[in-house]
Amino acid sequence: MPHLRMTGRGLWITALIVPPLAFVALFIVYPIISAFAYAFFDWQGLRRGDFVGLENFHTVLFVEPYRSWTINAFKNNVIVFFALMVLQNGLGFILAYALWRGLPGARFHRIAVFLPVVLSTIIVAYLFKLFLHPLFGVVNISLRGIGMGWLAQPWLGQGNTAIWSLIVAQAWHMVGFPTLVFLAGMQRIPGEILDAVRMETESEWVKITGIVWPLVAPSATIVFTLLFVGAFNWFELPYIMAGLDGSPFGSTDVLGLYFYRTAFGNVSSGQQDFGLGSALAVLIFLFVAVIASVITVRLRAREIQL
Amino acid sequence: MSAASTTYYDRRGLLGALGRDGLLQIILIANTIIMLAPIVIMIFSAFKTTPQIFQSPFGIPDFTQVGNFVKIWTQTNFLRYLLNSFIVTGASMTLILTLGTMAAYAIGRYQFTGSGFILMFFLAGLTLPLKLAIIPLFMLMRDLSILNNQLSLIFVYTAMGLPTTVFIMTGFIRTLPNELEDAARMDGASEARIMWSIMLPLVRPAMVIAGIQNVVPIWNDFFFPLVFIQNDDLKTLPQGLTTFMGEYTTDWGVLFSGLTLSAAPIIIIYIVLSRQFIAGMTSGAVK
Repeated sequence: MPHLRMTGRGLWITALIVPPLAFVALFIVYPIISAFAYAFFDWQGLRRGDFVGLENFHTVLFVEPYRSWTINAFKNNVIVFFALMVLQNGLGFILAYALWRGLPGARFHRIAVFLPVVLSTIIVAYLFKLFLHPLFGVVNISLRGIGMGWLAQPWLGQGNTAIWSLIVAQAWHMVGFPTLVFLAGMQRIPGEILDAVRMETESEWVKITGIVWPLVAPSATIVFTLLFVGAFNWFELPYIMAGLDGSPFGSTDVLGLYFYRTAFGNVSSGQQDFGLGSALAVLIFLFVAVIASVITVRLRAREIQL
Repeated sequence: MSAASTTYYDRRGLLGALGRDGLLQIILIANTIIMLAPIVIMIFSAFKTTPQIFQSPFGIPDFTQVGNFVKIWTQTNFLRYLLNSFIVTGASMTLILTLGTMAAYAIGRYQFTGSGFILMFFLAGLTLPLKLAIIPLFMLMRDLSILNNQLSLIFVYTAMGLPTTVFIMTGFIRTLPNELEDAARMDGASEARIMWSIMLPLVRPAMVIAGIQNVVPIWNDFFFPLVFIQNDDLKTLPQGLTTFMGEYTTDWGVLFSGLTLSAAPIIIIYIVLSRQFIAGMTSGAVK
């Protein structure tokens, strides 16, 4: 009897665990392992050809015009990451600190700052595209209205303003996320520590840099890592606002767009190359995984255990 | 307030504290205006004609003027997209919560060989950016003959949602006390009966958190439909929006109403359930 009961329970556990496991294995683990394998083959459309070793990697890294495209897209991703680090995470920390004071209306401000986060990136992208329209967009209309018409310009049509327009739109979309993660971190700081600090110093600056910032280090680790991964997988917002080619003239091209274009083709050149696309995917994946681990380890080291 | 903080304010002076709090309050108000203005302009513009939008972008419209919405209702595929989004999101969420609870219950309530490994397997899925595996996923969907079929989306979303769900729910299920379960077992209840009638009612709070964390990215997703779905009648809302925005490029009134309609469901639910939304969407990052 006990033996039979055990088998019954074993079957029960198997029945519970196998279906969810199958989903993850088939639709996550298998595709990711395959992505690595695909990169070593020559592809004709959807048909896999010969094993070509590292040739696809060599092509995207060292053969023109791919080499310039790769470097340009990578450079733009780096700009986007550092700009969002300041605009999104930096501003997020300041907003979190302001919300943490519990001033009148803090609850309302908290809901407002997170509202854009729940919107679809597609909606945000179209909204800003309409706002930044050179003739009819609300940004240029407002600039002309307050007598600063000389500042009105085709924001998305010029290389030097397009990428920054996208960055601002992205920061507006997502600033609420680091804000509320930092706020949650601040709310976990024990009251006794704060009271002790208040006895010691009157300087707000010392309090922020000396106490609050070190104590929210775990939150910082998480938002920095997530921003890094997000910035190097950036796709939807530039796809809608600047198009698949990263117009104008590749000034908004990022690795996500470049990878998609290479793999699935675009309107101007219908050709798709799964081999080169997979090589790019593997390189992006390895780069993000390695740097994200380094960031996490380095930042974890400075976290203080309470 | 403790004595310490009273002294602090005395020494520092009331004016100093007011000045600092005033500055912070100004920052918050300015930020809230920046956060809400684009959404307010969007909603206002939805009730204006295109010339009205160009002439007075900030003006308060006549909210009884719903011509743009009528146009969307009668002339576009918009409702179809909306319905598709509900179908795909609903099916995915049902699968995620069912399968996620099953796995989490097995890992969290029973001791068996390999449970640690299985949990690790799920957690590995947590960190892998699936977008980069889109080429093999595309081939897989083709081999399964579900390209251009909403099942492709439902399966991918389910797989993507499981790691976070298993992670959140396992942690929660482990904290539940054993007494109820043991008592029921003594009474001869089957394992399935114990799970269904005794334990499941207790895990609802964790299901809400896991549900919200997954429902928002699934509802908003654009990338997977872009690759898997070509047929206009099968498109979800974010993807349908690109078709719609391309067709009506010059009719800005209709464009803004389309954006407003797309944003409306999630904005309304967010305002009602803001606390749960914030907890759910930051739960991966806040421990």
